[in-house]
Amino acid sequence: MMSKIKEPREPLFHIIKRNSIPIWKSSLIRGLSAIFALIICALVTFLLTGLNPLEVYSTMLEGALGSQRRIWALLQDMVMLLCISLAVTPAFKMKFWNIGAEGQALMGGLATASCMILFGDKMPAYLLFPLMIVTSIAAGILWALIPAFFKAYWNTNETLFTLMMNYVAIQIVTYFCYKWSNPKGSGQIGVINASSNAGWFPKLGGQAYLLNIIIVLILAAIMYVYLKYSKHGYEISVVGESQKTARYIGINVKKVIIRTMILSGALCGITGLLLVSGTDHTITRDTVEGRGFTAIMVAWLGQFNPIYMLLTSLLIVALQKGAIQISTNFGLNDSFSEIITGIIIFFIIGSEFFINYQVKFRNSENKEVKAK
Amino acid sequence: MIIAFIQRAIIQGIPLLFGSTGEIITEKSGNLNLGIPGIMYVGGISGVIGAFLYEQSANGNINPFLAVIIPLLSSLVGSLVMGLIYCYLTVTLKANQNVTGLALTTFGVGFGNFFGGSLIKLIGSELPSIALTQTSNCFKATLPFASKLGWFGDLFLSYSFLAYLAIIIALVTAYFFKHTRKGLHLRAVGENPATADAAGISVTNYKYIATSIGSMIAGLGGLYYVMDYACGVWSNDGFGDRGWLAIALVIFAVWKPDLSIIGSFLFGGLFIIHNYIPNLKFEQQEFIKMLPYVVTIVVLIIISLRKKKETQPPTALGLSYFREER
Repeated sequence: MMSKIKEPREPLFHIIKRNSIPIWKSSLIRGLSAIFALIICALVTFLLTGLNPLEVYSTMLEGALGSQRRIWALLQDMVMLLCISLAVTPAFKMKFWNIGAEGQALMGGLATASCMILFGDKMPAYLLFPLMIVTSIAAGILWALIPAFFKAYWNTNETLFTLMMNYVAIQIVTYFCYKWSNPKGSGQIGVINASSNAGWFPKLGGQAYLLNIIIVLILAAIMYVYLKYSKHGYEISVVGESQKTARYIGINVKKVIIRTMILSGALCGITGLLLVSGTDHTITRDTVEGRGFTAIMVAWLGQFNPIYMLLTSLLIVALQKGAIQISTNFGLNDSFSEIITGIIIFFIIGSEFFINYQVKFRNSENKEVKAK
Repeated sequence: MIIAFIQRAIIQGIPLLFGSTGEIITEKSGNLNLGIPGIMYVGGISGVIGAFLYEQSANGNINPFLAVIIPLLSSLVGSLVMGLIYCYLTVTLKANQNVTGLALTTFGVGFGNFFGGSLIKLIGSELPSIALTQTSNCFKATLPFASKLGWFGDLFLSYSFLAYLAIIIALVTAYFFKHTRKGLHLRAVGENPATADAAGISVTNYKYIATSIGSMIAGLGGLYYVMDYACGVWSNDGFGDRGWLAIALVIFAVWKPDLSIIGSFLFGGLFIIHNYIPNLKFEQQEFIKMLPYVVTIVVLIIISLRKKKETQPPTALGLSYFREER
């Protein structure tokens, strides 16, 4: 253990922060790391199942894209992950560590579900849908605003605060799952309005998920423009870079923090709406399926750029589906997909270092050697 | 019944105590390791793998000493590897700590559930499920005279050696922070790495060692859960959200390991109190399970309102240190 940690006394290399890097170079580094990660994944799969690496990939591809139904499911999961990643992006860009997206989306979903349960039979669709949209967004905002308020005024640690809010939300949802459970006492709500389909998103062209996909893609485009070309987006990046600079040039930091978190919470609320009304038509404590946490990695790996984020979520979701296929074929546990996701993310996080920093070896610079 | 309640609360609290002591050591070095839940899973499953392989090879002739030491070592190694992955990414490669930690949790929970669910299949054994009763019995061995001492024995002496180890580790850590030079250095690294570096303290070494030791301690929490609480039976997702609760406990104890001993028993009590209140409906039970998190939020708000120096998180918590950036 010790030998791994100790550093040589005369550094063999030193590290310099890069000011900028050409896009082709950064893409090359990311691409290479993704390929390395895929090789390691195949190796791990080979060791566990004995499947030869080429077959690993073909099984994975089959799992992700094997049939039309699978492609739709892939796209659906991709946009859900993308939507919640879009939600956390403005907050992260501001260096506000909102890891409570899980809870915020869950509250949005709970608001949607309660509208469907309470008013499903009593309201016409043209009233019910606006009500669902408004309440889900409001619930998401509420869950984001509480930590934002304390962060803005008293600098309360937002990472830990938002994290705890997740579990409060999960317990609230479980509470309502028991309260409204069907059959009584089972703790499961079951499909809401199964006969009347009240509050369900309409199927476009016979495809259940098409509307979700369109909505999220529009949101992604709006978020791209908002972050890149609007004054708000500029203020967010200044606050993220340095709060002192922001104050100096007259940006009201408190206002920006609260406004951005309202936006973040609202988008999480919409994710909840899409998950409940557009996908599951029910709610459980696992409705969000940990996407709130995966989204943080997606937003970070995608450099807060909605286009990269779309590609990242596609990669992650495709790998998960592929890994599930492998585990099904071999009678192994589904959690294999989480191991694969973890490995991929380790590699891509690691590769960021080579994009942001430059390693200079002692021998490559004679000056340094002489100086010693 | 009160005695039984306190006893159960302490048993529930021990995994949290391991986790939070480990996380406090890690956070004191300025690393916010959100991978603790994953590390605790890995600690648990590594112990299970070690014990399973040993029980398989021993064919029923279990040597109690080996039955304890093998799972213990394999658990420590498993969580050490997780800690080293975290350190390599955040300290050496200066990656973002929150992202790395969450990735570690995804990986660790997946690792635990995967091997928990597939170990039998992978080894080609014919057992129906992983039930390490023999190993568990070795872990649960208590002092022979404890049961003869009535309530005193139940309350203070009825636990297994890992439980006492947890308390000893927490006390030693508290002493280490307060009264030793190394502890002072470690706190300096967490508060202001640039100053510590200027004073000749190796920031990298301290971060690596603190995080690795912290991970190993946290991993023991997973081991305790499987071997002692769950009687050697691994069930997927059985460990639940306890890892996050351990992180909550760090805040509740305001980064003081000695306070976290009491805090862990309290959290353990809150975790099971719904079983001891008569006539509770299911939905009310769920509401009560929210308490530990709500209490943590309240503590978090209070410490930020009071701004007392002794109760703040380490100043450089969550930030990577790059020497040339100061």
